[in-house]
Amino acid sequence: MEALSPSHERKRPTMMNKKLAAGFALGLALALSGCANHQQKSLYGWGNYQDQLYEHFKTEGNGNAAEIAALEENLQKMRANNDAVPPGYHAHLGMLYASIGKEDQLIQELQTEKTLFPESAPYMDFLMRNYKKGLSK
Amino acid sequence: MMLNKLKALGAVLLALLASGCATKQKPYDYAEFKAARPASILVLPPMNSSSEVIAPYGMLAQATQPLAESGYYVIPVSLASETFKQNGLANAADIHEVPVKKLREIFGADAGLYINITDYGTSYKVVQSDTVVSADAKLVDLRSGKTLWQGSASASSAEGRQNQNNGLLGVLLSAVVNQIISTTTDASYKMASVTSNRLLRAGGNNGLLYGPRSPQYQKD
Repeated sequence: MEALSPSHERKRPTMMNKKLAAGFALGLALALSGCANHQQKSLYGWGNYQDQLYEHFKTEGNGNAAEIAALEENLQKMRANNDAVPPGYHAHLGMLYASIGKEDQLIQELQTEKTLFPESAPYMDFLMRNYKKGLSK
Repeated sequence: MMLNKLKALGAVLLALLASGCATKQKPYDYAEFKAARPASILVLPPMNSSSEVIAPYGMLAQATQPLAESGYYVIPVSLASETFKQNGLANAADIHEVPVKKLREIFGADAGLYINITDYGTSYKVVQSDTVVSADAKLVDLRSGKTLWQGSASASSAEGRQNQNNGLLGVLLSAVVNQIISTTTDASYKMASVTSNRLLRAGGNNGLLYGPRSPQYQKD
């Protein structure tokens, strides 16, 4: 319970500094990562998919052949990048094929959607049952 | 001296940590959401309370990405619109009235997302023109009819000009927003992308929870 030795007294501030510095570094890392960590790595490749959907809505089904070409090209890029194809992509492409009379392509694309995303099965089955009635104009 | 400086820095960091990401809002009650844990979402054609006719297209085209990246399967939006049309439902108001049981039967989705666009477009003024897109959304369990989540979001080209004290994320978003405005002709469409990400991407304050396909699933 005696007073600390002089040598000890000199040491204390530097030890304290080191601890504070370590704490500071940790804090900085937390502050920098804390807000940014919802920027996850993408689960899917997207490319022009959403823009093509917008185009499809705007042209009301009058640009189908051009849309197919753009989406097929985008699909090649996704494959080259090893990106997963996003939900709806194959089904949308299938609908476009059906609109230019390629109904076998429609079935194939709907099957692919179903394989990639089993969650889609009830709706894909519904579409396949109904495609003869004309899925799209 | 050194010690005091470090202490001051520490205090600043603590303040940053405490305020930077923290929300001042009341935390959302996720009890129903966590009990339901939907895996797939049907995005219904959005209702449009703005004066811009094209608004629903802009929002619907850009709703899939934030939801899918949050871990959900999203029913193909273009095919769903077509299915509604073939069943004689061309306008969103009618579609939003379809019983959830019927939606579940046709689309097999666990949940339905009901979007209402409240603002969409550019208001041209003498000094400056602002592009604003705002929307609210409601996630409804199609199996039980229960509301699992509700939220709203907005994005505006005015954000970059206001010297907001939003921290790092706010600054970054503002920069993105400004860049969008200066490089595109269809400003509202690009702004809708910011709005839909703020509205529908999981991980935000009081936002959607992550879905089963996300590595973050059930960690929130």
